[in-house]
Amino acid sequence: MKNRLLVIALILTIGMALTACHGAKASEDFAIPESFDESRNIEITFWAKNDTNITQSKIYSQAIEDFHNLYPNITVNLRLYTDYGKIYNDVITNISTNTTPNVCITYPDHIATYLTGRNTVVSLDELFDDEKYGLGGSELKFDSPRKDEIVPEFLKECMLGESHYALPYMRSTEACYVNKTYVEKLGYTLPEILTWDFVWEVSEAALAQNSDGTYKINGQNVMIPFIYKSTDNMMITMLKQKNAGYTDTDGNILLFNDDTKDILRTVADHTGTGAFSTFKISGYPANFLNAGQCIFAVDSTAGSTWMGSDAPLIDIAKEKVADFETEVMMLPQYDTSRPYMISQGPSVCIFNKADPQEVLASWLFTQYLLSNEVQIAYSQTEGYVPVTTKAQQSPEYQDYLAKEGSDNEMHYDVKIKAARLLMNNPDKTFVTPVFNGSTSVRDAAGQLIENVTKSVRRKKTVDDAFFDTLFSDTKALYHLDQSMVRKAGSADRQELGELPSASKALLSILVITWILIGIYWGRELFKKCTNN
Amino acid sequence: MKKTLAVVLTMGILLAFTGCGKQAETGAAPAKSEGVMTYAEYAAAPLDSEVVVETYVQAKQSWWEDKATIYTQDYDGAYFIYELPCSQDDYNKLVPGTKIKVTGYKSEWSGEVEIIDANFEILGGDTYVAPAQDVTDLLGKDELINKQNQFVSFKGMTVEPSEGADGSQTAFLYKWDGSGAEGDDLYFKVSKDGQTYSFTVESYLCDKDTAVYKAVQALEVGQTVDLEGFLYWYEGVNPHITSVTVK
Repeated sequence: MKNRLLVIALILTIGMALTACHGAKASEDFAIPESFDESRNIEITFWAKNDTNITQSKIYSQAIEDFHNLYPNITVNLRLYTDYGKIYNDVITNISTNTTPNVCITYPDHIATYLTGRNTVVSLDELFDDEKYGLGGSELKFDSPRKDEIVPEFLKECMLGESHYALPYMRSTEACYVNKTYVEKLGYTLPEILTWDFVWEVSEAALAQNSDGTYKINGQNVMIPFIYKSTDNMMITMLKQKNAGYTDTDGNILLFNDDTKDILRTVADHTGTGAFSTFKISGYPANFLNAGQCIFAVDSTAGSTWMGSDAPLIDIAKEKVADFETEVMMLPQYDTSRPYMISQGPSVCIFNKADPQEVLASWLFTQYLLSNEVQIAYSQTEGYVPVTTKAQQSPEYQDYLAKEGSDNEMHYDVKIKAARLLMNNPDKTFVTPVFNGSTSVRDAAGQLIENVTKSVRRKKTVDDAFFDTLFSDTKALYHLDQSMVRKAGSADRQELGELPSASKALLSILVITWILIGIYWGRELFKKCTNN
Repeated sequence: MKKTLAVVLTMGILLAFTGCGKQAETGAAPAKSEGVMTYAEYAAAPLDSEVVVETYVQAKQSWWEDKATIYTQDYDGAYFIYELPCSQDDYNKLVPGTKIKVTGYKSEWSGEVEIIDANFEILGGDTYVAPAQDVTDLLGKDELINKQNQFVSFKGMTVEPSEGADGSQTAFLYKWDGSGAEGDDLYFKVSKDGQTYSFTVESYLCDKDTAVYKAVQALEVGQTVDLEGFLYWYEGVNPHITSVTVK
């Protein structure tokens, strides 16, 4: 009898162990240590993104060095990327091998996917409020911002579900960089706020040609009046401005609707005349703008140092740069009384590790990135805005803003105007709901515009039948026809799909074993009863 | 005597080709299949039109998320194929010389004419690896663009200084502004007849372990070099260099 019980106990144990194997390996919850251990060396990795900008790389290195001087037992190893997508892909790959970085520059959309592994990313709320090591904490060796000194709109963007999983690092938005000289040459006056109608009208007017095929406005063979860098942002922003569906906080995908079709029809119309193109199809808006081959170039404010005749960064031959006045304007709007522009820019998240001291070290470094020294220095490299009011209101930053236009490097007027665009209008910014799968919806939104633009250029018929096929193909391509999305921050596991055959076989064996055990017990019970 | 001379010359030519990193193959261009464009037809085709070409793989730049970017060339001209949907197995089969049929759209991105949104099939039969065509004399001239994407050479170029991240003068930079590190693209400047040009070692095409990457890392300002590579375009000529020989 003892042997039989032992066998059953063993089967139960194996069964439970096997059940626990399926799915991502869960990390332990992070608990804040009582104190930070400075007696031992801690090495952490920091994956960051720069805009192929040497100054940004230097600022990261300087921040790491300065932080090390404050905490000599913490060594931060920097790995630089120039593409958020590559960081995302590498993190996804490293989650499965438990080799994620400690600290990572990221977008909240991406964190939503990282969170499908349990406790992969550290929830920061308790760390924010920790008396000793939290924001503005008593034991910190640097002047950290308090929680209420982080711009609330930016901090809110780092919430997934009910918790904060990141700190904002830098914020930017999109701007429309306008060749004001050409707009006025065409007989128009720039309004205070651009409208889509105005941009399309001027763009069409700019297409008038001379008899030799050159464009009247620039005397060149090339003129693409309106170029949009990020077509996913374009679609998302246009839908927001129209108060039309995109996604909702429950992770429902509303993108494929009639308003989207209307937008795509407009895109098709103006692509057909040659008035509109995209970065993916033609090239960087800045290069066309600077060559006098584009009038409205929409790109991030974080790309402002490339924009304009006097831009400090230029990617075309100097002799090709046209001389014109650059105006930095809010994106075109449908309703100028209720303007919207997207809020974007990097945030920082912390990956969970077995050693709480390592996580705490990561948190200290992350927080250091919000110190005035780092915030001000980094924001000055591009049209970024510091994410803390503490930095924004500091005399050093105010002095920087006041010197707008005093030189074409640090105080390049286009760059500072781009920063002001966001700083003066935080109430007009928006972000889209974040959930596991929201990155795919974003990609799909942009792909719709890219596909329509390409198709028109390729002389394909773009009509209702085209849109139906486009919607259905895009849904399939990005797996948006499957109900896999879940609200971010949900403790539930992600749907992992069908079990592998080996797992099915194992589970089948377990079920059969239990049935056999049941039959055996039943028979023994029956024997006992009949014997009695 | 003439026969002996001819044999010696032929052998000499063959030996010379064998000594190159890329083995050149000679011979007449085979006729294109039914429905396939000649290079001249491809060159004349408008942007955004559908094109069908038969061409030969010369080098592979990258394979990423089931998409391959490759340099190809036939006997008359070159075709840069961008993000060609391709399995890893097929990618492995695309060795230099492999003949492929590509159907896609002719496109231009920042001056680079390429075939995008394409599909392909690997064709059996002949192979072709293009010899490097010397275009040194075309540098700075409008005609150079007619050689776009071809495997070319530049002779007797002088290495010019690039300004490093710290303001110092160096023979090359990691990334265009020196913001990179080993493993990133290398940028270096070379001059001819008083004109300076920016050349690149594309790290996906030739990574840090390749001879050309190491050769550029070892360059010194003022050296005279012969270069080979693919005549890529980015807002002007921007060759992707595959070979450097210091004279």
